Amino acid sequence: MLKRFAGGLALTLPLGLGAMTSGLAAEPTPEAILATYADIALAGYEDALTGAEALDAAVDALLAAPGEATLRAAQDAWRASRPNYQQTEAFRFGNPIVDDWEGRVNAWPLDEGLIDYVDASYGTESDENGLYTANVIANPKIMIDGAEVDASTVTPQLLSGKLQEAGGIEGNVATGYHAIEFLLWGQDLHGTGPGAGERKASDFDTVNCTNGNCDRRGDYLKAATTLLVSDLKEMAGNWQVGGAARTALAAQGIGTILTGMGSLSYGEVAGQRMKVGLLLHDPEEEHDCFSDSTHVSHLNDAIGIRNVYAGRYVRLDGSVVEGPSLSDLVATRDAALDGEVQALLDEAVARMEILAKRAETIEKYDQMIGEGNIEGNAVVQSAIDGLIAQTRGIERVVALLKLDNVTVEGSDSLDNPDAVFQ
Amino acid sequence: MHRRLTAILVIALVGGMALAAETPVRDDLNAEDLARVRSVTAPTDDFSKPEKFEQLPAGAATTKKIVSRDAFSFSSANLTFEEQSEFNLGNALFRKLWVSAPSSTQASDGLGPLFNARGCQNCHLKDGRGHPPMTGDEQGVSMFLRLSVPPGDDAERAALQNRDVALIEEPTYGGQLQNFAVAQLKAEGRMAIDYTDVPVTLGDGTVVNLRAPSYSVADLGYGPMASDVMLSPRVAPQMIGLGLLEAIAPEDILARADAGDRDGDGISGKPSWIKDATGALKLGRFGWKAGAPSIRTQSANAFAGDIGISSPMVNHPHGDCTQAEEECLKLPTGVQASLGVSEAPDPVLDLVTFYSRNLGVPQRRGVDDPKVLRGKSSFYGAGCISCHTPKYVTSRLAEGHAQQFQLIWPYTDMLLHDMGEGLADNRPEGDADGYEWRTPPLWGIGLTEAVSGHTLFLHDGRARNLTEAILWHGGEAEKSRRVFIQMSKSERDDLVAFLESL
Repeated sequence: MLKRFAGGLALTLPLGLGAMTSGLAAEPTPEAILATYADIALAGYEDALTGAEALDAAVDALLAAPGEATLRAAQDAWRASRPNYQQTEAFRFGNPIVDDWEGRVNAWPLDEGLIDYVDASYGTESDENGLYTANVIANPKIMIDGAEVDASTVTPQLLSGKLQEAGGIEGNVATGYHAIEFLLWGQDLHGTGPGAGERKASDFDTVNCTNGNCDRRGDYLKAATTLLVSDLKEMAGNWQVGGAARTALAAQGIGTILTGMGSLSYGEVAGQRMKVGLLLHDPEEEHDCFSDSTHVSHLNDAIGIRNVYAGRYVRLDGSVVEGPSLSDLVATRDAALDGEVQALLDEAVARMEILAKRAETIEKYDQMIGEGNIEGNAVVQSAIDGLIAQTRGIERVVALLKLDNVTVEGSDSLDNPDAVFQ
Repeated sequence: MHRRLTAILVIALVGGMALAAETPVRDDLNAEDLARVRSVTAPTDDFSKPEKFEQLPAGAATTKKIVSRDAFSFSSANLTFEEQSEFNLGNALFRKLWVSAPSSTQASDGLGPLFNARGCQNCHLKDGRGHPPMTGDEQGVSMFLRLSVPPGDDAERAALQNRDVALIEEPTYGGQLQNFAVAQLKAEGRMAIDYTDVPVTLGDGTVVNLRAPSYSVADLGYGPMASDVMLSPRVAPQMIGLGLLEAIAPEDILARADAGDRDGDGISGKPSWIKDATGALKLGRFGWKAGAPSIRTQSANAFAGDIGISSPMVNHPHGDCTQAEEECLKLPTGVQASLGVSEAPDPVLDLVTFYSRNLGVPQRRGVDDPKVLRGKSSFYGAGCISCHTPKYVTSRLAEGHAQQFQLIWPYTDMLLHDMGEGLADNRPEGDADGYEWRTPPLWGIGLTEAVSGHTLFLHDGRARNLTEAILWHGGEAEKSRRVFIQMSKSERDDLVAFLESL
């Protein structure tokens, strides 16, 4: 899939002479590699923005004429908005500007009782999180840290300024894709059995309202999609020429790319998003739990990781952004390693595709992680193993390029006598 | 100042404190390294510019992210990708809300029956420090009361003397007041606080009103408490840099111990010794009175006492229920034989321990600001570093590679000190008497507002800003407090600016 000029070159060169090849194949400069990387980021966030704008418009249509068709259309728009956003997650960990912003748009898991009504099985057991069942849609006044917050009008400012992480509780997620997902689908009350959330369109119907406060529920949904659009606009701006994230790259260096790949691959997706669920067999430990589309997120994370290594991104409209890449650089120094890393990245995507296919045809992700589901558990574990294996390849690239600061930032250890004891 | 000097000496002799009396030498370093470490950790006397590496309080583990409310939640910067995964698994479990048994998700049940919180993060808000209830929000607590009684008979006295126990628990309510319970059960009661204004006049005439708390328990669910019950309020501490504090060589801590104040500087410094399961004495490091020797012990105790979740290390599935709380003991637990011996089966405790060990310390801001440097000079000049020891080089033998041989700047000596009548909880715990507290680390203190949205300090959050926190220092810190009181406003501001840069 990732045909490369340098891959062919490797066949003509004896192993071990990688260093000598730099005079033969022009080695791309870090500036050129980072420019491609930033172009892909810009295109990715622009595509995510396009998806969010379509979602926002579909929400307008839903609220204007609540019905099963407009609800379905809004759900479809949400689904369509996800793949391109998830591919941008490869930019998160290497870039402090993205990492600092990410929680606004893609935080999970969320304690949905903060936002809207929940089933009795959600539990009312409270503790320090007094907002666990605050249900802001039903309550025009809520208490946060002992202060009364006026929620009489549900606005983007209320969501982002007051409710998001209210009381310092990270489960109080009030904004972003997953808050919108909850409003469009409702709780998934099927545990590890088949079925997603079953929100009725009448929950948004102010004339024939079900479950109360349909006007405020609509206001909340619209506020959340408005924020999603403005947040993605802001991040796309950061990757324009002269934007803060693109500008910061020069100082960060190409280690940024590998930090993002490795941290997303192993730490975030394989670890936090997949292994925990498998460990606890808990359907709540599912990234896109209301819509049962976790497989889409995981697959596109893997694709996003491959994009930034290959320096190639297929846009929403089918056009391609590509240029000098990290892969090109590795290939000029050690073509065999580049080939291996490409194969590992492809394999990780292939394993995610198997998982995604199973989710589309046999059982959803939350069923796969269920206790005693040996076959489902194995498919998830295989995808995890693919992510771990590709991270081992990424570590070899780090070693090849002598980028010590990728996993060991600030190598000012005392073991470096020149640094401390000169 | 040392009203209880004799008692301290007696305990010291009985408790095998001869250890501390010898001049300890680190066994993880060769002679050359030892000399290098001694030279780099000697306190500076040059305040004209920042010290080298001062900006990186946790050495290579220091995080360099954008300052935000997430500032305390990042992993040490020197973890491998694999370790980041382990950290993230721990983070997921740290955030996890446990549910009462029985439930359909068997690996997640076992909450309580009595509890203070349903998950770690619900008290360790944003991995920062907790706070007392805000006005008008009784339930918004990340703080609780510890309970105990004086020994009632010779057996209890012997158990304390032998360090078999650190204290005698309140007979009905146990070692801690749980203010929540699962649906079928009554909570134990709730903490009530009354604050009284205590004005302090500074040298320049400025009056600062401190608020002095007094604690009681309301709505008792299981009958009266013992008449001689001792209450100790505890706010959840910040979580950053714990693995590095665990990695400080014990010899470096013991070298500063001076339980009887033999050097006559008015500052004692007492190690806390904890008997572990094998009967060996371990240096206590964690908790407001240094009652836990390791992060793992502290985490297992918190799981059991605060959430009511048992782990292989503290396997009490009924949490802090006592024999007197019969209804509590009758309730089902979350133990599933198929998953392991405890409600939180392996590797839950390992992962949470790893997470807690690897929360990174953010880099400092403004280390070269003249105001900060002047404040640093005052901090040293006022004698604060007698207890708030600026720096260490961690042990080469530390369990995690990320903690090994790092130059760190935590500003603590990890020892117990008499902090005077004002701060006393009058509740002894192990080696700590009712006046003593472990010096808390100061790193990250300047980010408290950014992370936690408040500036409430000390063991019970009574101080509403750093100035109040300093003014509460008494006992061994009385001399330093007096120096602070006599400072001009600009000197005080400089000192606070230094603390805020940490």
